[in-house]
Amino acid sequence: MTAQPHEHNIISFRKLAAVWATLLVLTAATIAVTRFDLGGLKVIGALTIACTKAGLVIAFFMHMKYENRLLQILLFVAVVTLAIFIGLTFFDVLYR
Amino acid sequence: MSTAEDGRLMAERGFWTDTGKTGIGAWIFSTDHKRIGLLYFYSVLFFFLVGVILGLLMRIELMAPGRDIMGPQTYNALFTLHGVVMIFLFIIPGIPGAFGNMVMPIQIGAPDVSFPRLNLFSWWLYAIGAVLVLTSLFTGGGAPDTGWTFYVPFSAKSATNVSLALFGVFVLGFSSILTGLNFVTTIHRLRAVGMTWSRIPLFTWSLYATAWVQILATPILGITLVLVIAERMLGTGLFDAARGGDPIMFQHLFWIYSHPAVYIMILPAMGIISDIIPVFSRKPIFGYKMIAFSSLAIAAAGSLVWGHHMFTSGMSDTAVLVFSFLTFIVAIPSAIKVFNWVSTLYRGSISLDPPMLFALAFILLFSIGGLTGLILGAPATDVHVHDTHFVVGHFHYVMFGGTGFAFFAAMHYWLPKFYGRMYRKRPAVIAWCLMFIGFNVLYMSMKVLGMRGMPRRYYDYLPEFAQLNLVATVGSWILAAGLAIMLVNLFRGLFRGEAFTGNPWGGATLEWSTTTPPPTLNFIKEPVVTHGPYDFKALADDSPDGMPGDGRNQ
Repeated sequence: MTAQPHEHNIISFRKLAAVWATLLVLTAATIAVTRFDLGGLKVIGALTIACTKAGLVIAFFMHMKYENRLLQILLFVAVVTLAIFIGLTFFDVLYR
Repeated sequence: MSTAEDGRLMAERGFWTDTGKTGIGAWIFSTDHKRIGLLYFYSVLFFFLVGVILGLLMRIELMAPGRDIMGPQTYNALFTLHGVVMIFLFIIPGIPGAFGNMVMPIQIGAPDVSFPRLNLFSWWLYAIGAVLVLTSLFTGGGAPDTGWTFYVPFSAKSATNVSLALFGVFVLGFSSILTGLNFVTTIHRLRAVGMTWSRIPLFTWSLYATAWVQILATPILGITLVLVIAERMLGTGLFDAARGGDPIMFQHLFWIYSHPAVYIMILPAMGIISDIIPVFSRKPIFGYKMIAFSSLAIAAAGSLVWGHHMFTSGMSDTAVLVFSFLTFIVAIPSAIKVFNWVSTLYRGSISLDPPMLFALAFILLFSIGGLTGLILGAPATDVHVHDTHFVVGHFHYVMFGGTGFAFFAAMHYWLPKFYGRMYRKRPAVIAWCLMFIGFNVLYMSMKVLGMRGMPRRYYDYLPEFAQLNLVATVGSWILAAGLAIMLVNLFRGLFRGEAFTGNPWGGATLEWSTTTPPPTLNFIKEPVVTHGPYDFKALADDSPDGMPGDGRNQ
């Protein structure tokens, strides 16, 4: 997508503000879940919120949503690898 | 000297002379992959010898019960240093940095790697990291005494200079990542015409699999080490149970990198063996696709088994079960390789030249190391031998008997190509024989000692272990004697041996088709690949005189 960078890379102010607002809401949610005793779900809840926030930042603020397919796939591979590594440690953390 | 004669000499000496540049600057600022490969080679060889000396000193201390030549603190520093030097400065960068750089671009018919400057930078990072690690010995609170694994809580509390050593290893990690990045890109983008994926030599295949592990796993080591530095400097409490942290989390993070790192060490070694065995058996490799595939399978499955280092750590039983199961899965692709090497040998026309002898030793020693690995991979037996000399014996069989011997095989196989001179074979065979005997005397004794309950990482032991420890120490001397003979003979040959221009081993991969030593851009004429890497028949048909390989790129 290097051919027409300007058409694709400019994101409207409204959209950026919406993403920012969502991030704020999710931050509030991060704090909110710590008030409840969810046991093992607590970690999953926190991680889900954190992943969603990171995803929003990468997609909009870092423009990954508008990048070409190869870069998206590469990022996806890295994220999946990390998810597998973290996921396997939960065989320990959740059953200790 | 006439100009014509000068030109002939330059052509003959290949990349050594054809740029016309001399002096140290022509090496440490060169972007030629062969020069960088040689820089790496001599750097890692230097640190290997440092590690060997440390190992010999440890063996002398363990020769008899009680204090022999050093106290416990010195011994602790020594085994830490031996581990850090051997692992981070020799064995991880060793084969990819030295032989990967030297050989891989030529094997795929490329003029250089994709990012030559980045390649040079990776060597500089290696050099800086090495200097930092060495500096940590003589500054601050003295040499680190944590073991190469830097386990918390001790590494967070030790008064020795752990932080600087950690930072040094952190820098070394970046060097490794850059090498991996460079290799993946090069193998994807710079293959010569006709070099299809099914014609890539297996050494290059193994480097490809390794490179992915380097890229994906090394960052995790980096961040883990930074976390320990943060724990030491800022008191973050990440690994402190009293403050809600988790010391076992460190072990997870550390081994998430460091177990795949075992495959960064062994995979390229397997690649070397896969390239050498067919050449000295005069037979195409048995099961090319399965060997290439098993490299990828080992890289993938090997990344998921780190928990088997932690069976006794207090990790959950479920995790023990899962990681044990996954560990046994890795044995399958490893066994595929061993089976295919042996099948290649079967009914081959075997010539026992030095590279082949080292390769054959690899198969046996790696198999012993691998099978004892399964004893450690089974939780029931691991509980008994965990943290004993059995473990030390096991990983030396895999790492030294495997990767080390493959490194020596590569030295005897490829270095003459880059120097254009041949070593004497008889002393090389004698050296191999001594090393093989010394190696087994040393490390088999360790395994037996471990089975009988001698723990690792202590400078002293109970009197009943005295006899075998003496045997092991004598074994270390035999091994060192063989090593000395091997190096003297090899380097005497490389610098003063008989010059040759042809294809001394009759290899069918591309590096043997170019001039000896290769020119700076590797090939005088861009190569076109018309046959597979182990197609010796096509090689013989191609040569004008009907002999395999005439050493010139026609």
